[in-house]
Amino acid sequence: MKISRGATITEPGSTSLEETGSWRTFRPVIRYEKCIRCMICWNFCPEPAIEKKEGENYPVANPKLIKMPVPVINYNFCKGCGICVNECPTKAIDFIREEK
Amino acid sequence: MPMMMLRGNESTAYAAKLARVKVIPAYPITPSTLFPEKISELIANGEMEAEFLPVESEHSALSAAIGAAATGVRAMTATASQGLALMHEVLFIASGMRMPIVMAIGNRALSAPVNIWADQQDTIAERDSGWIQFYAETNQEALDLTLIAFKVAENDKVLLPAMMGMDAFVLTHTMEPVNVPEQQDVDEFLGEKKINYPVLDPEKPATFGAFVFPEHYMDIRYSQFIAMEHARSVIDDVFNEFEKKFGRRYSKVSGFMVDDAEIVFVTMGSMTGTARETVRKLREKGEKVGLVKITVYRPFPKEEIVSLTKNAKVVAVVDRNISPGFAGAIFTETVASYNNEKKRPKIIDFIMGLGGRDVKIENYEQVYNLAKAALRGKFKEINWIDVDEEAVKEVEGTL
Repeated sequence: MKISRGATITEPGSTSLEETGSWRTFRPVIRYEKCIRCMICWNFCPEPAIEKKEGENYPVANPKLIKMPVPVINYNFCKGCGICVNECPTKAIDFIREEK
Repeated sequence: MPMMMLRGNESTAYAAKLARVKVIPAYPITPSTLFPEKISELIANGEMEAEFLPVESEHSALSAAIGAAATGVRAMTATASQGLALMHEVLFIASGMRMPIVMAIGNRALSAPVNIWADQQDTIAERDSGWIQFYAETNQEALDLTLIAFKVAENDKVLLPAMMGMDAFVLTHTMEPVNVPEQQDVDEFLGEKKINYPVLDPEKPATFGAFVFPEHYMDIRYSQFIAMEHARSVIDDVFNEFEKKFGRRYSKVSGFMVDDAEIVFVTMGSMTGTARETVRKLREKGEKVGLVKITVYRPFPKEEIVSLTKNAKVVAVVDRNISPGFAGAIFTETVASYNNEKKRPKIIDFIMGLGGRDVKIENYEQVYNLAKAALRGKFKEINWIDVDEEAVKEVEGTL
């Protein structure tokens, strides 16, 4: 992103150009084999850094769910707040310290 | 051009009218209250077409001025002392958002203790706020410099807010004959306000003063610094244009009898007149003394100050402000201006006229005598002029 005089923003969506993944100290990792695709994490993510993707190529907890969309974390934007970890009803999201 | 008897606050109000300022948010404070009074009178009489906003505080006054400037119109306000201090955070927002607002300041002491009289501490304390700073010696200068401030602030290469200081009461409330320019001449000088920055427009939405990461903040600050550097030459150009149009010459720094002077006073604001008179008197007695007046304090005219004082033996800087723990601001910056000079005069600080204490010819004579003693090597770096040393000793124990 280029700077402007007075930091005035004239094009919408500029926050999508500013990646915030480097802020993270803990990384949420979805264990798809436990995920029931309820999308509660997607709903609660304040960034929002959880995207809704087609679920056919992801491991699935119950074969009946295969046609349902899955939550996928975009680590370029996830700040590691842990809200998804807290909200997940099946405890399918691990929270792992970032090691660099 | 009609001559009018005007107080300093009326000078700046007439400047606002002549500049066709469209929005004036203001909150009254001594000694600047006459400015909003005069503006509302001009609007009520149908002499001026503008929106006057009586806001609830100085913080709101400047915030409203930012909002107005963000729509692309000329905005101006006036304040002093505590009012300016209350604006402190908004000053940085105005300059950071690059809004070419102009503000007239009645330079007044800061509390405590409460004091409403002349002192430049209020604007000096805001020297780092990113505003251009002009200081007037007379009410004529107050009017002229306000018009000049708009033209500099709105320049494409600058786009920074500007404040114009005039000493409390000595200028703000004292009547002087002022040559008020014709509207047509001011229109030609300033021109229609150009829209040379993004403005609030429902057709083209924009975000102002938004959040910025460490990756960009410093670059934006650097661009602000560069704009202030650009202001140096823009101010010179505008002074030249002003002289061509109105016949009155301004410089960031002007010298008086400095050519062969061994001792040079450096002053800013209304106290310059007394210094000039002292120089004339001392010259009659054959003393080699001169005077340098600062009209633009931000950007600080370092090269100009050096070139006007480098042949002197002693530079006597007179500061109507003090940074407790170091010295007066003009002294500090004059010394810093000599950083890369091989040959430098002795530079001495004289603190004078705080909180409206009269600045008299005998005070300047005392400054001159102390500077002359410095020629023989005997001097103190910081000298408080016309203070009751015994009284201070009594309360503080020692000096």
